Amino acid sequence: MSAFEYAPAPESRAVVSIEPEYGLFINGKFVKGKKHFPSINPATGEKLSNITQASNADVDKAVLAARSAYQKTWSKMAPAQRAKYLYRIARILQERAREFAVLETLDNGKPIRESRDVDVPLAAAHFFYHAGWADKLQHAGFGSAPKPHGVVGQIIPWNFPLLMLAWKIAPALATGNTVVLKPAESTSLTALLFAQVCQQAELPAGVVNIVTGDGAVGAALVNHPGIDKIAFTGSTDVGKIIARSVAHSGKSLTLELGGKGANIVFEDAAIDEAVEGIVNGIFFNQGHVCCAGSRLLIQEGIHDEVVGKLKVRMAKIRVGDPMDKNTDLGAINSAEQLMKINELVDYGKKEGGEIWSPQCTLPSKGFWFAPTIFSGVTQAHRIAREEIFGPVLSILTFRTPQEAIEKANNTPFGLSAGIWSEKGSRTLWASNQLKAGVIWANTFNKFDPASPFGGYKESGWGREGGRHGLGSYIKGGDHE
Amino acid sequence: MITYSIVDGTESSLKNFLKTLPGVDQVGAEARAAMLGTRSIKAASKNYAIELAISMVDLTTLEGADTPGKVRALCSKGLRPDPTDATVPHVGAICVYNDMVSTARQHLDSIGGSDLPIAAVSTAFPSGRASMPVKIHDTQDAIDAGATEIDMVIDRGAFLSGRFGEVFEEIKIIKELCGDRAHLKVILETGELVTYDNVRKASYIAMLAGADFIKTSTGKVTPAATAPVVLVMLEAVRDYYELTGTRIGVKAAGGIRTTKDAIKQLVLVNETAGPEWLNPALFRIGASALLNDLLQQRMKMREGRYASPNYVTID
Amino acid sequence: MSNRIDVRKTYKLFINGQFPRSESGRVYEITSAGNFLANPAQASRKDLRDAVTAARAAQSGWAKATAYNRGQILYRIAEMLEGRASQFVDEICAVEKLTPTKAKAEVEQAIDSWVWHAGWADKIASVFGATNPVSGPYFNFTIPEPVGVVGIFAPEKQSLLGLVNSLAPVMLSGNTAVLVASQSAPLTAITFSEVLATSDLPAGVCNILTGLKDELSPWMASHMDVDAMDISGIAKKNQAQLREAGADNLKRIFAFSDKQSVARISAFLEAKTVWHTIGV
Repeated sequence: MSAFEYAPAPESRAVVSIEPEYGLFINGKFVKGKKHFPSINPATGEKLSNITQASNADVDKAVLAARSAYQKTWSKMAPAQRAKYLYRIARILQERAREFAVLETLDNGKPIRESRDVDVPLAAAHFFYHAGWADKLQHAGFGSAPKPHGVVGQIIPWNFPLLMLAWKIAPALATGNTVVLKPAESTSLTALLFAQVCQQAELPAGVVNIVTGDGAVGAALVNHPGIDKIAFTGSTDVGKIIARSVAHSGKSLTLELGGKGANIVFEDAAIDEAVEGIVNGIFFNQGHVCCAGSRLLIQEGIHDEVVGKLKVRMAKIRVGDPMDKNTDLGAINSAEQLMKINELVDYGKKEGGEIWSPQCTLPSKGFWFAPTIFSGVTQAHRIAREEIFGPVLSILTFRTPQEAIEKANNTPFGLSAGIWSEKGSRTLWASNQLKAGVIWANTFNKFDPASPFGGYKESGWGREGGRHGLGSYIKGGDHE
Repeated sequence: MITYSIVDGTESSLKNFLKTLPGVDQVGAEARAAMLGTRSIKAASKNYAIELAISMVDLTTLEGADTPGKVRALCSKGLRPDPTDATVPHVGAICVYNDMVSTARQHLDSIGGSDLPIAAVSTAFPSGRASMPVKIHDTQDAIDAGATEIDMVIDRGAFLSGRFGEVFEEIKIIKELCGDRAHLKVILETGELVTYDNVRKASYIAMLAGADFIKTSTGKVTPAATAPVVLVMLEAVRDYYELTGTRIGVKAAGGIRTTKDAIKQLVLVNETAGPEWLNPALFRIGASALLNDLLQQRMKMREGRYASPNYVTID
Repeated sequence: MSNRIDVRKTYKLFINGQFPRSESGRVYEITSAGNFLANPAQASRKDLRDAVTAARAAQSGWAKATAYNRGQILYRIAEMLEGRASQFVDEICAVEKLTPTKAKAEVEQAIDSWVWHAGWADKIASVFGATNPVSGPYFNFTIPEPVGVVGIFAPEKQSLLGLVNSLAPVMLSGNTAVLVASQSAPLTAITFSEVLATSDLPAGVCNILTGLKDELSPWMASHMDVDAMDISGIAKKNQAQLREAGADNLKRIFAFSDKQSVARISAFLEAKTVWHTIGV
């Protein structure tokens, strides 16, 4: 070896055993399914398992199980006892963290470093945090006797499969609801492993039910008369469809939807950390992040310096085998998503954006997209308006702080924004002006169970996490 | 090779230049360093890194109890770190106090180590609290005794009270003294500068005043060569190269005791300043105990079993 | 009996601090015991559009005013209401056929409710905000912010009290409003707008329309620049279709069963969470 090249450092798969076929988790047991579809490893195209496509009858059974568990067990249990189940789950997730991380990476394509250091520990933290709320809800600001909705239907996306499950299930159970959860079609495996955690925790049967399948299963949940509340994380388009469906049923609804987050770099920023924040903002999790900093707004005077440093930094991004502990950027989650990214990137080129990617060799199998930036983008470009949900950054400039805010807010979304400045008063001014639910100043893509997350405008309804997030699972809590 | 073009050496020009440097966000810098600390270096790359790290060690003894015998043993060890294996490279330099330089020089010459650099700590190391004539004499003395590298300390008191011109001037004088005979390493003593903003500023003062290397610490103050401090200094030499076309070296000294620590440093270099810095001419690790751990790890890698300290020499 | 002829009032709309007639030229008749009472404007979709434009233009300024300032302006409104109490009593008696005693009670309740709301303006950040103990070197806080422009359909009954209990919680936090008054009893709303016009309230913060709810509500629900709606004053059977239309821009749409409540305040807040690094 004549240069310091990192030898492959693959995490071992031995810690997981994937069954050839998975059923549904209903009423505390795995139930065999009739129809199946393959779940593949997006990094290799290898089939990992067969997942059940739940039927309407299966959804019925799951909802019934959740209703029965709600009425007979969960709603009658003392909150302090409910808390202990959540603590148990948190602990088991910590104990089996390696297994979950490996399985998540195999199924999702995200780097093992991220599933190991972000997804799984945060998922455990969410259960631990919410466990403590279970017997303190009367102090949470939702009245002296807050009530759960009952049976909650939850539909989660493929970008953070286990973490989104935790964001959904932990507060729902802590507040006394029972759950029917549908993981995303392409990433069901960690949810099914979580079902085993529920069994190990001896969670009463029916409190958590997991039904797998495509959008039809989600629609069956949304329209099921036995469900009191829907919580959905996914695209804004689907969110609107759900909002229309729910309009007539009176179900409560919370939504965590898309974004086109502006990451604003002022000329007095700590440049090196800002560059790290830009990279973390758009290349974390392959850019499959609703709150990604996908629109970079750089003050004109430092544009060349920042973009120059960004390119140098991007050349260090290690793209490839997600199981390799040194990989920074993993696989695109599905062929479908890769197509979507390609389509928007083609648009960006046609619209005259200046495209740049570092030299990197992409694996021949699986779904891949190199880290990419577009310079010279304006607000009128499609790639400055639409969520690409991939490792593609659009770079715009601004001249004054006012202009930065106007551009940042010039979108129907309102999920996240970033501010990079060493000037405290400017940072607070900008965070006041930005229309976004989560604002990161001198950092980006940070999450914590104690910190409310959710969007303004078309980025969603309600919050997840913190005291505010409890409101999503308490009757009337969305307006109390 | 002294770059005065950016500043004219006056306090005001220096201050004006330092004001143009962006700040360092502590949390961001520490997060980046921690992330790089998760790099997993295995197999061939680990072999390569161990070999490289050995060649970058400034094998150091800086004790009040140092004796000629101790220094001679250190020189022997530095030249042939593993007496049973001639393929092990020699270290980057031997680093001693001023009065031990001639002992080291004579011994190295006698055992075929004439090429092995000798670094002398200087300018009233470690505190730097002495008058300028003393510092000049200290340095001159070391060079005359055969030191090829001078590890000087900056005047932290002057730096912390904002007398940047004085800090600059001292370095400039010592650099002129070193001339072509000795490389100048400027110790910032980052543990006393406390903030990363200060580390960045001090790095630039040293580079502008003519340092060949900027060095984290004396080893007498903690914290010393923490990953984020080295990160900030590597950013400084990288950016200085952009600015001037001159590559300044970095020496991480203090607290690097294990192979794991050393490899983390190499990862920092590789992914911050870049692979151009991955050689003993541009990166050094000041250490004493580290060398034996590197040797043990090297044995483990070659023999496929865990090594015993009984098989590495304790000098 | 005096043989003096009354000087009647022309009841017009209240948009951007002014009192225009409907651009459509339409009015509808309000009677009392079969006798003509007034011809309030029958607002059109274009009037609604203009009102939303005014509300949008006023929103950032109103939200930027200090909470103390908003509280004082709201309290000033209560003072003006008190001064006109007898006029409201007369209108309520005439239109809603209440006894003077009951009408007086409603007016007093409405004024007291307005005072209660005025005091909330500088409390919401303390009550609905938070600092969050995240695991890391970050200062993390959540602050409530107004959702933006809110369309309100005031209840049909208790035309003044219903209006107060739906408008005040929206306005106090920095939202601006387009309020469609009780269709059957719109006169108090217009008199109320005269109060607003003399109360230091910036133009456009509150806009009041009179007219047919069935005609206006679909336009409000589908308006892409309206952020939220209070549809408490819409018949239950018509609420779902408004919620459906409102989904196009994911409006926050609420119907409340309670009258004066904290829930009506918090419903029109967005929680903004800010992270900042802590370092030297």
